This record gives sequence, structure tokens and C-alpha cells, in this order.
Amino acid sequence: MTAMTETKAVEATLVSIEKSVAGMRALTFPRAKKPASSYLPAQALRKTAPKLPELSEFGVVRHYTNLSRKNYSLDTHFYPLGSCTMKYNPRVNEDIAAMPEFAGVHPYAPDSAVQGTLEMHYRMEKLLCEITGLSAFTLQPAAGAHGELTGIFIAAAYHRSRKDKTRTEIVVADSSHGTNPASAALGGFSVVTVNSREDGRVNLDEMRKAVTAKTALVMLTVPNTVGLFESEICAVSKIAHEAGALFYMDGANFNAVMGLAKPASFGVDIMHLNLHKSFSTPHGGGGPGSGPVGVGENLKDFLPAPRVTEHDGKYKVEKKWRGSIGRVRSFMSNAGVVLKGYAYLRRHDGQTLRTIAENSILNANYVRVKLKDLFPCAFDEHCMHECVLTSVPERLNGVKTLDVAKRLLDYGFYAPTIYFPLIVHEAMMIEPTETESRATLDLFIAAMRAIYAETQENAELVKHAPYNLPVRRLDEVGAARNPDISWCAV
Amino acid sequence: MPKAEECKFAKTHEWAFSEGDVATVGISDFAQHEVSDIVFVELPQVGDSVSAGKSCAVIESVKAASDFYAPVSGEVIETNSAVVDEPSLVNRSAQEEGWFFKIKMSKPEELSALMDYKAYQESIK
Amino acid sequence: MFSPHTAKEREEMLAEIGVSSLAELTAQVPQELLYPQYNLPAALTESELTAHMAELGRKNRGLVCFAGAGAYDHYIPSAIKHIASRGEFLTAYTPYQAEASQGTLQAIYEFQSSVCALFEMDAANASMYEGATALCEAVNAAMRITRRNKILLSAALHPEYKETLKTYFTPKGEAVFSEIPCVNGVIDPAALDSLLGEDTAAVVLATPNFYGMLEDAQAVSDKAHARKALLISVVNPVSLGVLATPGSYGADFAVAEGQPLGNPLNYGGPYLGIFSCKKEHIRHMPGRICGMTKDVDGKRAFVLTLQAREQHIRREKAASNICSNEALCALQAVIYLALLGPRGLKEAAELCVEKAHVLAEKIASLNGFKLRFNGAFFNEFVVECPVAADKVRNALLKDGILAGVSLGAFDKTMKNCLLVCATEKRTDAEIERFVSALGRFSK
Repeated sequence: MTAMTETKAVEATLVSIEKSVAGMRALTFPRAKKPASSYLPAQALRKTAPKLPELSEFGVVRHYTNLSRKNYSLDTHFYPLGSCTMKYNPRVNEDIAAMPEFAGVHPYAPDSAVQGTLEMHYRMEKLLCEITGLSAFTLQPAAGAHGELTGIFIAAAYHRSRKDKTRTEIVVADSSHGTNPASAALGGFSVVTVNSREDGRVNLDEMRKAVTAKTALVMLTVPNTVGLFESEICAVSKIAHEAGALFYMDGANFNAVMGLAKPASFGVDIMHLNLHKSFSTPHGGGGPGSGPVGVGENLKDFLPAPRVTEHDGKYKVEKKWRGSIGRVRSFMSNAGVVLKGYAYLRRHDGQTLRTIAENSILNANYVRVKLKDLFPCAFDEHCMHECVLTSVPERLNGVKTLDVAKRLLDYGFYAPTIYFPLIVHEAMMIEPTETESRATLDLFIAAMRAIYAETQENAELVKHAPYNLPVRRLDEVGAARNPDISWCAV
Repeated sequence: MPKAEECKFAKTHEWAFSEGDVATVGISDFAQHEVSDIVFVELPQVGDSVSAGKSCAVIESVKAASDFYAPVSGEVIETNSAVVDEPSLVNRSAQEEGWFFKIKMSKPEELSALMDYKAYQESIK
Repeated sequence: MFSPHTAKEREEMLAEIGVSSLAELTAQVPQELLYPQYNLPAALTESELTAHMAELGRKNRGLVCFAGAGAYDHYIPSAIKHIASRGEFLTAYTPYQAEASQGTLQAIYEFQSSVCALFEMDAANASMYEGATALCEAVNAAMRITRRNKILLSAALHPEYKETLKTYFTPKGEAVFSEIPCVNGVIDPAALDSLLGEDTAAVVLATPNFYGMLEDAQAVSDKAHARKALLISVVNPVSLGVLATPGSYGADFAVAEGQPLGNPLNYGGPYLGIFSCKKEHIRHMPGRICGMTKDVDGKRAFVLTLQAREQHIRREKAASNICSNEALCALQAVIYLALLGPRGLKEAAELCVEKAHVLAEKIASLNGFKLRFNGAFFNEFVVECPVAADKVRNALLKDGILAGVSLGAFDKTMKNCLLVCATEKRTDAEIERFVSALGRFSK
């Protein structure tokens, strides 16, 4: 390695503080006439300057721009992540959210000064009610898991209001996302898990045994996390209701339901939606999201406060009413995210919403049938918007799902969701979404088939992938044993 | 240092070595191999009560967190900070230096419900 | 219409799947539930949408902002949005496939480090939803660590944070909250003494507090630690450009609303929960954490670490249920801190102090107006008005001014109190206009 390549390799991974030069400035402000010590007592003041980088503006722009170029992103790569619904994020929604009329509004401005934002919240709630069949929505939760917790608080409040102290359990499926039981535990409930049948759907007999007078809530993801619609969903909601429990729908997979069916029609009492999934708001590298929670008529009063109400064309922030569980965060909502979800919904009607579901189902089945000979389906039937395939290491010369995922990165595709749900061995969950073209799917299928060929001819190559990315496989054990999580190392 | 042959084993791969009314406990070599690279061990505190068969510690690897179930009931009287400082010790020496903590047993008869070394070795074949 | 398929492609794909129509693919859905009626407004084209949003936008009023109370109007450098709106950052997923996410991961590492530097704390996570839920997580952690269940809350904590705590902890019924009363706008030390006990898990102290006042954090810290209780401090990150840090006064956990760091007001969200702690509490820190490591070639790399504590692995035994964070907001914050640097942050903070103190003095000299409390403050202070604060607010709307936050909304005994804030953005002319408008109420 020459000195230049050494420099190149090092420069590319320098952290901002390592590029710091004492005295370098980017943004400056006018100087205050007097220092802080003129206004504040000495013991209130900071003694040492923070260890933050001193860079030029150009240096900052170049540093972060180059960081961005190390990422795979939806804009640049196909992201078949099951349960994440990585669909195109319309650019016009970004412009709308950045409008100063919306971005510049203080949360405590009087209602009369923010009628636009309040109207948007009100209309969004109404739209979500119409597409789910539920009676009311809260836009407070900042994410899906936050929504789940909110839904659980609502269920707890409902049973408390009926003076029913026996409801201490929440029933979840073994295929559920980890946030379901985690949220249940946070809400003070113990978790009862119901197993899936061989065909991937929830076991009704076990459900009947698990749901008792102690059950507060039955939580299901619809379609479920193996991409199948619970065909006996009405039976499940009946079981819940007959036992006096409520029925919760985890709306993470709503992309396959939107426009096809209304959750209220199959007995859902409470559900959350992920605006950063079916509603196209960008993932941002892990957030921000938004997780609105909808409820049936009998649960309306329990929704968190505040909410937006309307009277004579004027919108008002309603802060208190009897029965509300209270607030689950400061301020109203992730308004800047709700706005993008609203803008997205206004581009659709019943017909185009139906097309979203249909094309996402079409795409998932297309990928499924064209790969299942090499990567068997976990459940060999038509799937909904996502399919679960498996790696069979014996057929792949010991290559596992993890290796296939890493090799896919070399081919220029982000990997599918791997090792989830837990009930499938060596799982790969593929959700193309409706915004991917057939041409892209064909390229993905070709890449997967090429990787299969590699497992036959050169399995070792696949086992040590990736090769074409900024870094190769990482020492995760070292990272966990001796965490280095800050340049202010102690 | 407890010798594996002198220990009793639970079905869930914990071992107990008793001296008088004190039991030293840890996970078996088989278990550490299954868990693979251990990154952290969360131990109970001195003074805590533990119940046979109930989870009282956690063994973390990168991708999983496994529960440690107390092989016998009693009070925790000593913990092995070496496994907290250096979790890889459990991978290297699960049966000896990688011991977790010591229990003052409240029901020593619970030991008889555990498997002896030979029976345990058979069970993991 | 974001779905690219032509009718021909749909037909061909259906044929390749081996079905004659899409109905076969949706056969697993109970047929009586399929295709209900949707009463939705007509779908808008992109240009119709922008017209509609412009119309909604016109119903919001642009006001000169003298309101704070947890959300602050600071200057946001232009470079931030250009970087954060790049598709590679904006549309990237959570960095689970680390090799393909080094950009996002390194930015998170730099964010965590910047928080540690600013707060002088040992560890920080990749962010939480916003300030109130970050506080809930800290209280949760404190209870788990100390195995105690009594939490002492400063009465001068943001009311919405107190409400959120109540919602979070009431269902489980384990935590017991008591309020430490205030005197002259800050915690009453004698009251704290009498409330502290052997069953106290933590003391929650905000400084600056909801009224803008600075607390004697070191004294509170010492008292809490003497009883083996933890100190959870709630801080304003921009104020740390000049104010003493939670690390310096021994906070076990320091949480904050990170919105002031390069994030717009956005009517309250998306915001940025900042969570930091002492080294010994790292494994009780919820949420995502990014660590530096190396790859098989020995090259420096970044990866999400300490994940075994999280919901996708521990499920019902996880410390928290949190899944997403506020990655893009954290990115905006770390770029903000990189652009300001230690000196820029000090300059901004000093301007906040100066403008707020000049404004306070001018208001206090108006007949009929006085400052409610007479202690030290950062950039916010409570003004007692000669008329109801709501009346003042509504009147000043006509001048295009948001006069502050009416405290009557939170406390019925403070109906004539206005919480007024000045950031570095407020010009001398704006301040003059504000004072002059208030002067109309002078008796």
C-alpha cells in the first residue's frame, strides 16, 4: 500500500472530531455585548468547552456528503425488507413539510393562528377513519411501538372503567414483532403466546384456550408476519369479544389491507398504523415515524389528549375530557410526519388505494414463484404483500440466510428481512412493495439465482461476503464486549 | 475450583457445586458453546433471593439474551465480578473460572432433583 | 399512481405466477370483507395537492416568536437541510445491515459523541422520540437499577412531561411520584430534604426549569446521592453552550428535548429525545446504540451494538419497547453542532442570555408588568401582566407577535402570567416592537 492509498483509506473513515482544527469556524453569530458571566452567577456556568469538532462549513458539508454516499438507500437501491414497506417517498411531500408555514409554527401558538395545521390533523384523522372503518384516531404516537403502547393503555383504561380487575393478560402470536410483547409488559400485562399452525396461521384451538376472562387484549398482525392473511380472522375477533377482551390489530402490514378491506369489518377494536410504512413517509435511517392509533366507537373517550375538534369550520385543540388516558408525549404529534402522510393520502382515492394493495400482492407473489425452486417457501401458497423464503444450508453447501443477505449487498440490493419471524428457520422475508417495477424485480430475481449458483460452485465466496462495500463483515462481538460509543472515551 | 464431574446439572444447562450449604453455580461448557461469544453477563446482586427454576441472571451474546435459571433456591452471598469484567471468561472456562455466583441454599434437597455429570453428558448427546 | 405497472405487465405477471386473475391471490381474504365502499375525496394530482397545501398554509400565521416552553426558535443553518434531505440519508432504513449503512451509523456515533461532549456524560443513545418519553425511560431505568419505586419530581418540571409520566406509569402501578414544591420559581431545598428517603429511586430536576429558572443542581445532586438515590436531570442542549453540564454536577441520567439543535419548530414534532447516562448505567440505556469496531480486514467500521437488551431479542423482557428512534432529527442535530462548534454554540447561547435579560429588564420597567421570580434564568422568564395573559397574547397577534406562553393553561393560579423567551434570532427591532406593544397594557 502506498502512502496515498493509506491516506485515502484513513480519510474515508475519519470521524468529524479527527478532522477538527483548533480555531477553525463554520457558523458565527454576532457577539453579545456582555459575556454570560455578566448576567449569571459563576457557579451556574460551564467550566470547560465541550469537545465538539471545529470545522469549516465546507468541511462539514463534504464530511457528511461523503458519509451519505456510503449508504444504501431506497432512492438508490431496491429494499425488499419484509414488514417495512419500503416504498417510494414522494419528493413533493418533502417540499410540503419544509414550507415555513408548517415548519415554522410553534406548538403553543394560539389555535386561531394555526388553523391550517389543525385542519390538516382533523382531516387526516377523518381519512384514517374512512380507510379503516374505525371511529376515531389519535395522531400523538411517534412510532408504531409507541402506538402499540398507547393502544394497550387504552385497553387497560377500558377494562378499568368497567371495574374489571381480572384482565391481566395480553395474548400475542408467536410470529409477532418483538414490540408486541415488549409493549404488553411495559403496560403491566403478562404475555400469553399462541402458536402458529403448520400453515403459518394462528392456531384457533390454542387461541380458544389462551383467551379467557383474564385476557385484556388479543394482538394480531394482519396480514401476519409470514405474509398470510388470517382467513379465520372473524373467528379470532369473536373469540376475543366473547371472552370480554378487545381485539388489537398491529397495522405494520397495512399495505396489503389498504383499499381491500376495512379492519373494523373484521372486528378490530384498536389498531395502530405506521405512517413511515404504508403511507410513504421516509425512514430517515431509523426515524422519525408516526404511529396513529384508531379505535371503535366504544373506546373514543379513552384516546390520549389533546385532539383536534371542529365546530362551524373552526378547529380547536381539545385538551381535556373525561376518560382520556392522558398524553403519551409532549405537544400534539409528529406533525411534520403526519403532514407527509396526509399529503400522500390526498393523492389517492378508493380505487388507487386498492391498486396499492393489489400491486404489492402481485409483486410479492411474482418474486415468490420465481425463487421458490431455489429458496423454498416457508408456506407454499399464495402470499399477500410479502413472502417468506428460506435458505436450506444442506442444499447450499452450508451457506446460510445471513450469507445470502450479505452477498446480495454485493449485487447492489439491500437484503430482505432476515431471521424474522422467529417461527421460520433461516427466514428471508421479502416485501417488494407496489412501487417497484417488474424490471427491478427481474434484476433482483436474477441476482438471487446467481447467488444460488455461487453456492454450488464457490460456497466460500458467499460465506465471506460482502466484498464491494465500504466495509466487510464486522466484529460485533468486540463491539458488544468493549463498547466504544463516544469519542469522549472514558 | 469446582470440577465438572463433581457438579450437578439442570436440564437447562446450569451447574451447581455444593460445599456444605453453599452452592456455586454457572453454565455448562455445552451451554457456552451453544450461546457462542458471550458479550455480557448480568448477575443478581448479593442479598437477592433466588428460586429453583426461576430466571435470575442473563447471558448476552450479540444476537440473543439467554436466561439463567437458578438450579437451587436460596440467597446470593457472592458474585463473580470476573465474568462481568471479562465475559469471554465464560466461553473459555465455563465450568471453573467462569462461575457466576454462590447461593446459601434454603432447600439443599433440591440438589437431588438435578442430574449428575454422567446423566447430563448423556442428555446432551 | 406511484405504482409503475402497466395493465399489460400485470397480466403477464399474473400469468407467470400461474393465476388467471388477482382474485385468486386475494382468495385467502374472507370474500365478504373484500372491496368495501370508500368515501374519500377525489384523488389530487401533484399540482392540485400543492395548491391545497398552500391554501392550508395560508391559514397558519407567521409570527415573531417569543414563546419557548420546551420548543425554541433558534437559527437553523442552511447547510443542514441540504445534507439531511439527500436521498442517501432521507430514504435509508434502520442500519441493521451495517455494511450498507456506514453513513448513517457513523453519523449516529458522532451524534452520541456530540451529546456526551456537550452534556459531559459518559454515554448516549441514538435518540428517542422526544423529551417527555426520554424522561419516562430514564425513570424506568432508575427504578430497575435502584430497585426502589419512589420518584421525586420537581414541581417546576414541564407540565406535559409530568402528564406523560403519569400516563406511562399509572397502568403498571409500581412507581410512586411526589412533587417537590418550589419557592421563588426553584426547588425548595428543605422540602426536598423532607421528601428524600431510603425508598427514593430518583430525583428529577429540570434546569433551566419550566419557568426558565436555573436550579442549584449540585446541591440537589449531593442530597440525592447521600440517600443513594439517582439524579435525573432534564436540560436544554443549547443552554449548555454556557451553562454547567449535568456531568459536572453528577447526574446519573441526563435527558433533553433536542429540537433546539437544528430542528424546526414543526408544531411540536418530529422532535428529538436525547438520553445520556453515566458509564455504570450503560446496559440499562434503552434504544439503539452505535459502536465503533473493525471489519475482518481491520478497517474501522460502525455497528449497532448492545442490541441484546432490545425488544426484537428480549421481547417481553426488554427494558423498553422502543424500536424506531429519530435518526434524521439526530442527523440534523449533529450537523448543527458540527457547524457551530464549541465557540458558535457559546456565541448563540450568550446571545440568548443577553437578549432575554435585556428584554426582561425592558418589560419589568413597564408600568403594571413585573418579573414573577427574581433568580437567575437562561433565556426564559415569567412575567406577571396587568391583565389576563391570554388577553395579551391575543392582542399581540394583531402585531404579528407570539407574545409567549400563557401559564394559565397549565396552572389556574397563574392566569396573568406569561412565559416569555428570547433566542439569538430575536432582533433588537423585534424586541422593541414587542415591548412597545406590551406597553399598550401599561396602566
